[in-house]
Amino acid sequence: MIAEASSATQAPSRFRAHHFETAEQQYAASKLGMWLFLVTEVLFFGGLFVAYAVFRTLHPEVFMNSAQLLDTRLGAINTVILLFSSLTMAWAVRCSQLGQQRGLVICLSLTIFAAIVFLGIKGVEYSHKWHEGHLWASQYSSGDAASVGGFDRAGTFFSIYFAMTGLHAIHIVAGIAAIGWVLMRSLRGDFGPNYFTPVDTVGLYWHLVDLVWIFLFPLLYLIG
Amino acid sequence: MSTTTEPKHRLPQFISPRSTTEQPLSYLTAERGIRSWLFTLDHKRIGVMYLIGILTSFLMGGVMALLVRTELLTPGPTIMDADTYNHMFTLHGAIMTFLFIIPSIPAALGNFVLPLMIGAKDVAFPRMNLASLYLWVFGAVFLVAAMGLNGLDTGWTFYTPYSTTTNSSVISATMGVFILGFSSIFTGINFIATVHTMRPKGMTWFRMPLFLWSLYATAIIQVLATPVLGITLMLLIAERVAGIGIFDPALGGDPVLYQHFFWFYSHPAVYIMILPAMGIISELISTFSRTRIFGYRFLCYSSVAIALLGFLVWGHHMFTSESAMAAVIFSALTFSVSIPSGIKIFNWLATLYKGSISLTTPMCFALSFIVLFAFGGLTGLFLGALATDVHLHDTYFVVAHFHYVMMGGTLMAFIGGLFYWWPKMFGKMYNEFWGRMSCLGIFVGFNWTFFPQFLLGTKGMARRYYNYKPEFQGLHVVSTLGAFVLGVGLVICAAVLVHSLFRGRKAPPNPWGVATMEWETTSPPPVHNFEDTPKVTDPYDLEGFVLNETSGNYERRPAGITSSQKPSEVKA
Amino acid sequence: MNTLNQYLIFAESTGSVWLPSQSSTVAGEVDGVFSLILWISMIFFIGIVGALVWFVVRYRRQPGVPAQREIHHSTVLEIAWSVIPFMLLIVIFVAGFGTFMGMAAEVDDAYEIHVVGKKWVWSFQYPNGYIDDALHIPVDQPIKLTMSSDDVIHSVFIPAFRVKRDVIPGRYTTLAFEATQTGTFDLFCAEYCGTKHSDMYSDVVVHPSGEFEAWLEKASNFLETMSPADAGKALYKRRGCAQCHSVDGSQMVGPSFYKLFGQQAVLDTGEAISVDGNYIRESILEPQAKARAGYRKVMPTYQGQLKDEEIAAIIEYIKTLKE
Ligand code: HEA
Ligand code: HEA
Ligand code: HEC
Ligand code: CUA
Ligand SMILES: [Cu+2]
Repeated sequence: MIAEASSATQAPSRFRAHHFETAEQQYAASKLGMWLFLVTEVLFFGGLFVAYAVFRTLHPEVFMNSAQLLDTRLGAINTVILLFSSLTMAWAVRCSQLGQQRGLVICLSLTIFAAIVFLGIKGVEYSHKWHEGHLWASQYSSGDAASVGGFDRAGTFFSIYFAMTGLHAIHIVAGIAAIGWVLMRSLRGDFGPNYFTPVDTVGLYWHLVDLVWIFLFPLLYLIG
Repeated sequence: MSTTTEPKHRLPQFISPRSTTEQPLSYLTAERGIRSWLFTLDHKRIGVMYLIGILTSFLMGGVMALLVRTELLTPGPTIMDADTYNHMFTLHGAIMTFLFIIPSIPAALGNFVLPLMIGAKDVAFPRMNLASLYLWVFGAVFLVAAMGLNGLDTGWTFYTPYSTTTNSSVISATMGVFILGFSSIFTGINFIATVHTMRPKGMTWFRMPLFLWSLYATAIIQVLATPVLGITLMLLIAERVAGIGIFDPALGGDPVLYQHFFWFYSHPAVYIMILPAMGIISELISTFSRTRIFGYRFLCYSSVAIALLGFLVWGHHMFTSESAMAAVIFSALTFSVSIPSGIKIFNWLATLYKGSISLTTPMCFALSFIVLFAFGGLTGLFLGALATDVHLHDTYFVVAHFHYVMMGGTLMAFIGGLFYWWPKMFGKMYNEFWGRMSCLGIFVGFNWTFFPQFLLGTKGMARRYYNYKPEFQGLHVVSTLGAFVLGVGLVICAAVLVHSLFRGRKAPPNPWGVATMEWETTSPPPVHNFEDTPKVTDPYDLEGFVLNETSGNYERRPAGITSSQKPSEVKA
Repeated sequence: MNTLNQYLIFAESTGSVWLPSQSSTVAGEVDGVFSLILWISMIFFIGIVGALVWFVVRYRRQPGVPAQREIHHSTVLEIAWSVIPFMLLIVIFVAGFGTFMGMAAEVDDAYEIHVVGKKWVWSFQYPNGYIDDALHIPVDQPIKLTMSSDDVIHSVFIPAFRVKRDVIPGRYTTLAFEATQTGTFDLFCAEYCGTKHSDMYSDVVVHPSGEFEAWLEKASNFLETMSPADAGKALYKRRGCAQCHSVDGSQMVGPSFYKLFGQQAVLDTGEAISVDGNYIRESILEPQAKARAGYRKVMPTYQGQLKDEEIAAIIEYIKTLKE
């Protein structure tokens, strides 16, 4: 994708901010900025992954048992859906580079659709947990796992589960908004071989959100 | 980011036709009205607005500090009750760190200077820059709102489970700090992208002014450390609101994990505070010794080294709560940061050697910085060593240590930098005599306030204490008196600057004879920074300038003159 | 240098300009590390300030005289001022490390005392089960404190012994030391824990050898040796009631005990009751069961911590608070 940068040189000047000398410079800056933002996102989630690791090391058996309480089937379906949405997003970037208007709009719409389905399934999972009382530490109410010292250790697992998937869901919502914005602009015909930075950077963001899920799924559902 | 159109100058009705032909409109006067400030994308205006916000916060935090000191005049109640005191020192610490010192140099001075130093028209993402300012404002509102709600009595560190059980407004305050974190991240991303992609041809990494190196190193920390604070505070809020049980031992959580998370950000954050300060000092020492900075490359490397090593030492705040094993490792790593810090001090001294030193106001602050930072840094060694830290941890020794490095270090450099770039920012010179006097007042008052605190600490006076044993009173009284002297010094300093705005002599483009690019343009600079794109030159080639006695401006030596830089044109 | 060290910087047993008295086995060693760092720092600091002042005076700007320095970097010098501090830092680290490991080492025959910190009172439980609000220990005997907290983080800090360790809810931490001097020393709470953090203070009483057992014997039998009201008063002070309840009618976190007995009180349910022995007993064991209107429900339960006779003694004491 970076090879495309040179073709961006002839970008219509209306999209070049005055303080950049060339469109290439602008493209490079946007791209670097997005990567840096993604780094901050990784570290943001990183805190939760560390918390996961710490509590897992402290109470491995709790994590093993609690993972059984998650619905692996729904989790797996969601994984497939997100992988599919990554594909459509990558395709959208390609379409914009090749100037395929219709393809771009279709791919973006599909991506948004997949994201909404993902959230729907997540919602179904959450409501199951709610009914079963499989909630975070202070709200956990179920006799499934052994109670230790006045609180249920399984609650710790679900605290981490809700923190991680909840934060991830917020990122999905933000992603839907961002892709929606790109979709609007592409309906307006803003993008083409000469200018596709927003599609590209939003795409990067979306891939990161997927990637986080690719880690969450096995950590929470599978290697219990 | 991408849709900005070429801005057109408004018709300058308010300025006489004569001045438009002679001199380009400055960024301050090119557009008028409050809206032209609130919606500006100009990094210079954003920097100025940051400056106003930051100085207001400093004043607020400073007044609280004076109240804290007054309360400590006697053991037991003096002017307030215990709870009020706890709220007071917490807000003092939180405001000083999150609202004042972390954004101080990068967001106010850095924003103004960075694009100028690389001869660019703006930072890479001007909208994001404005967004960062607004985030700062929102964050400040949340943080200060805590004061009006139930206050904040957790200490600036928000340790759990105290912070999850107290009934003060922890949520509002931590939301504020969370938002301020994003403001800081935005500034960091912007600076990295600007330095990477917008340097002009010919300005290689090793031809960058050292201030840029230090801002760059700072930005790395801002981007890598701040998100961890963000997630930590989110979890803290979730703990309070919903009882998520990550940090609360009553729910199976781990309070020491919170401490690790907090310091993973907050130790690197102390280098967010000191690195840009060191960058300023490098510029000032070289400029006012009228000689090339000594050991340029080592200074570059040491900035990056401090930034990276700073990530490895956070556990030294927890020697009394973490495992002995962790304590040993963190103690060993802690000392590593001292080496690049030492390099800086010695290289600055070597720069003074055989220089031609003039004690201007900025230079006075720079020299004070070296003395006070060396002192504060060396006292860090007592804290980094395991056996002594066990005794000194959470005593006034720590309080004195961090005021020496934060106030004696960063604040001195900040004020020094402010005096240095003031003529560029506002086009006015200030009164040198009173500038120096304010430095003297601050230096004396500062040591008077904080040196006694080292003694208090070694004797066992714990920090965050409202009440204390009578034998400590003598030193507390001394310290409190010093704080008022310090306050007088700072008021003089503010008065000098305010006075200059109204009565100051007009500043020439290059009053100090510096070779970095921000001095190539008029003071204050025009909206687009430079009338002609400046030529990239050696940033420390001070010998290429001679003082023009009549204009007070330094001009390039005739040999170096190019058509666009004729003295007659440069002259104000 | 040693005498200068002692005179100027550290004194022996009685304390000095800098540090309090050295009253434990590690104190001398810690102060040794302190003085090592102090000397290194002073040498560097004096050198730095000396050079700075000298250069500023010697090379101040003179009209027409430009800067003289020809070299603009010197790898040899720069390596030198990286490596020399590096060596010294290793020395400092090793010194601090050695002493620290000595402090953290487990001693087999240590006398063990359980410490509970709660807002804003310490309680020290001796092996025979007796609980006191002051730390009494024998001199020249290794002591091990096993500590936990009932609410937030606290920290035991005994300056004269140069020891400090956080007391953390949900886990046990330990602190070991050996006193070398008899007398009374300060014990502070060093971790911020709220309103009365600075009053969370206790005495460390170091008994001469042989006298500690006698003290413990006598203290443990206070219920027998004292009148019930006096024993109740002692409990009131030792077990932290005094942190929240006054005996002179002044307003604190909880209702004052002054004239409490027999008084008509309003509960937060609106119901009015009269304070009698049973109500007091219930308030101590299940404080939230019947809570007074106008107070926060912050009183911790003393279930399992106060024996029946002790509660009886407290009730007797409250009864006496009429005047
Ligand atoms: C600007 C901010 C700043 C800076 C730069 C530093 C710099 C350093 N700090 Fe400080 N520190 C704070 C701000 C800062 N600190 C704050 C805010 C706290 C308290 C937070 C709280 O609890 O509220 C704190 C607390 C703190 C602690 C925890 C204390 C405790 O709570 O028990 C420790 C422990 O190791 C420590 C160590 C150090 C060290 C080793 C350095 C080093 O980087 C210093 C390096 C510099 C030098 C060493 C001097 C120059 C070097 C030479 C002249 C070389 C020659 C000398 C030799 C090496 C022999 N600091
Ligand atoms: C940048 C950081 C910073 C700065 C500058 C200061 C400045 C001061 N601090 Fe503070 N302080 C902290 C950061 C800072 N502090 C932190 C992080 C804590 C820990 C909090 C905690 O434990 O949670 C702390 C805690 C702390 C304590 C310990 C409280 C306790 O533990 O119980 C004390 C006590 O003496 C103190 C005193 C002071 C004093 C007297 C000043 C004085 O230097 C203030 C002087 C300022 C003024 C008097 C205002 C005058 C200003 C103007 C007139 C405007 C100036 C304008 C221009 C220069 C243009 N501070
Ligand atoms: C942390 C503070 C705290 C401590 C420590 C504490 N109390 Fe209380 N106590 C309260 C508060 C607040 C109330 C009123 C609310 C309630 O009844 O729960 C109260 C109520 C009471 C009452 C009922 C009084 C009335 O007027 O209704 C009694 C009796 C009492 N406490 C005895 C004790 C004794 C005995 C101790 C020590 C062994 C003790 N308390 C320790 C805070 C405390
Ligand atoms: Cu207990 Cu501070
Ligand atoms: Cu630190």
